[in-house]
Amino acid sequence: MHTPQRLLRTALFACLACYLSLTAVAQTPAPAAPAAPTTDERIAALEAYVNNGDPGKSLTGVPGPGHNAWMMTSTALVLFMTLPGLALFYGGLVRRKNVLSVLAQCLGITGLVTILWWAFGYSLVFGSNFNSPYFGGSEYFFLKDVTSAPNTNYAYWVSQNVFSMYQLMFAIITPALIVGAIAERMKFTAIMAFVTVWMFVVYFPLAHMVWGSSGLMNGVWNGDARIPAIDFAGGTVVHMSSGWSALILCLILGPRVGFGKEKMAPHNMVLCMVGTGMLWVGWYGFNAGSAVAADGVAANAFTTTTLATAVAAFTWGAIEKIFRGHASILGFCSGAVAGLVVITPACGFVNSTGAVIIGVFAAVVPYLACTKLKAKFGYDDALDTFGVHAIGGTLGALLTGILVAGSVNGNLTGAPAVKNGLAKLVTDGGLWVAQLKAIGITLVLAVVATTLIAYLVKATIKLRPTEEVERQGLDTNEHGEEGYAS
Amino acid sequence: MKLIIAIIKPFKLEEVKTALAEIGVEGMTVTEVKGFGRQKGHTEIYRGSEYTVDFLPKVKIEIGVADDAVAKAVAAIVKSAKTGKIGDGKVFVVPVEDVVRIRTDERGESAL
Repeated sequence: MHTPQRLLRTALFACLACYLSLTAVAQTPAPAAPAAPTTDERIAALEAYVNNGDPGKSLTGVPGPGHNAWMMTSTALVLFMTLPGLALFYGGLVRRKNVLSVLAQCLGITGLVTILWWAFGYSLVFGSNFNSPYFGGSEYFFLKDVTSAPNTNYAYWVSQNVFSMYQLMFAIITPALIVGAIAERMKFTAIMAFVTVWMFVVYFPLAHMVWGSSGLMNGVWNGDARIPAIDFAGGTVVHMSSGWSALILCLILGPRVGFGKEKMAPHNMVLCMVGTGMLWVGWYGFNAGSAVAADGVAANAFTTTTLATAVAAFTWGAIEKIFRGHASILGFCSGAVAGLVVITPACGFVNSTGAVIIGVFAAVVPYLACTKLKAKFGYDDALDTFGVHAIGGTLGALLTGILVAGSVNGNLTGAPAVKNGLAKLVTDGGLWVAQLKAIGITLVLAVVATTLIAYLVKATIKLRPTEEVERQGLDTNEHGEEGYAS
Repeated sequence: MKLIIAIIKPFKLEEVKTALAEIGVEGMTVTEVKGFGRQKGHTEIYRGSEYTVDFLPKVKIEIGVADDAVAKAVAAIVKSAKTGKIGDGKVFVVPVEDVVRIRTDERGESAL
């Protein structure tokens, strides 16, 4: 019954196929065949894949499956840090009337920064046609020409579109970290406006300076870097920039209504713990993924991240138990996050011993910042973004310069590092001076820019909701929803 | 008839219930409440922030009993809820004018 139809269909396909093959022959004259790579070149390319090196003649423009797979996984892991890791970590720490505002801010920033990144951000950080130490270029605006072929300025084996999405996740979580300091008292629109300007003035230039191929402080990859500093996964770019900006913004914003008089305890420590676990898991993508390959450097970063985090979590809990009588969940969570923050710039550059030392410092110093420093000065850094990320990020950048181990990462003594002097600093010591310069630039940029942007937003659309809105909670007023139906 | 209102430590509820069942009390109403007496509250510390929590969780038990059973019921509650530490709670006994069993319209002690 179907036979006539099937016959007809087969005939039609046959005709179409003949036509296509004829036109193909007619329209494309056979190109002059390029010289086929020799067997040696093909083997060399495969070895380069295993060693994460330059493939040479064969396999150029092709992503390597293993490296690409790890980077797509890492990209998803870093997104998981923000959604929902950071959102729940912060969301649990606010009062129940403001839990949704934190989630909305994290979601809003994710969407907003993605648009900025697609249009300009990626190109301004990782483009190259400006030949500038401060900004990338304009060639990748709107992700033009960002395809599955690798951008060999940054990775021989990872698709550039994957690389751009991976780096996008860093651009998302950085402003999301600021939310912690200004939680419960800033208008949603004001946050979006602030973040939009802040990305262009602080994040994009800073990320280029530290990670861009012509970046001012990119000691590992830029032979012409004037400051041969190192930052593996974002101690300066992510944690210092967000942390110091958070302090300035929370000072300009002022404390929450009732701060110091009313109880502002976390409404759900369980959510906070769940978020912390997600942050820790996601951070493997953040740190080990920053090798931009599934190679030995990534393996080292994976190991150091685990050690420093576990040591810091345990140490913070132990400090609380000894000096206060209780090892609290918030203490363990704070220690874990502080450990992750401090190991971030160091994870691909220090060995396991360095990681354990970093873990201890990561607990002690941010603990003092969150308890003593904050109490002394009385600023309302609501969820301790400054105490953990600014102090932790700064500490990490410095400790990276002291504990760096040339043996764990060949790039520390590679050709660019020899040219700009990094290799000498790693072998002879003294890298911490370059690290201090990078810290100074990051700190000044974050503080000055945040001051200007905050006053700009304040003068135009105002930073805070009315006192009545703040008292009732941001959830019902700003977002029209309640976290917990009563 | 009397209404016995007992405020006890939450973890003592099972023991009190068992002790009352043993002396023939057949029903009770239980509510989770918060409050403080001489025990006062406790302190919670979240990183650098310290908060005093005044109201502690307690359980309130309400039972209606016939006059001749009041002494036994109060004794059973006091014995089973006691830890000897501050914060064990209190028992109030208040007179009851009337009781109605809704299903049968019975009144007074026969409705208990």
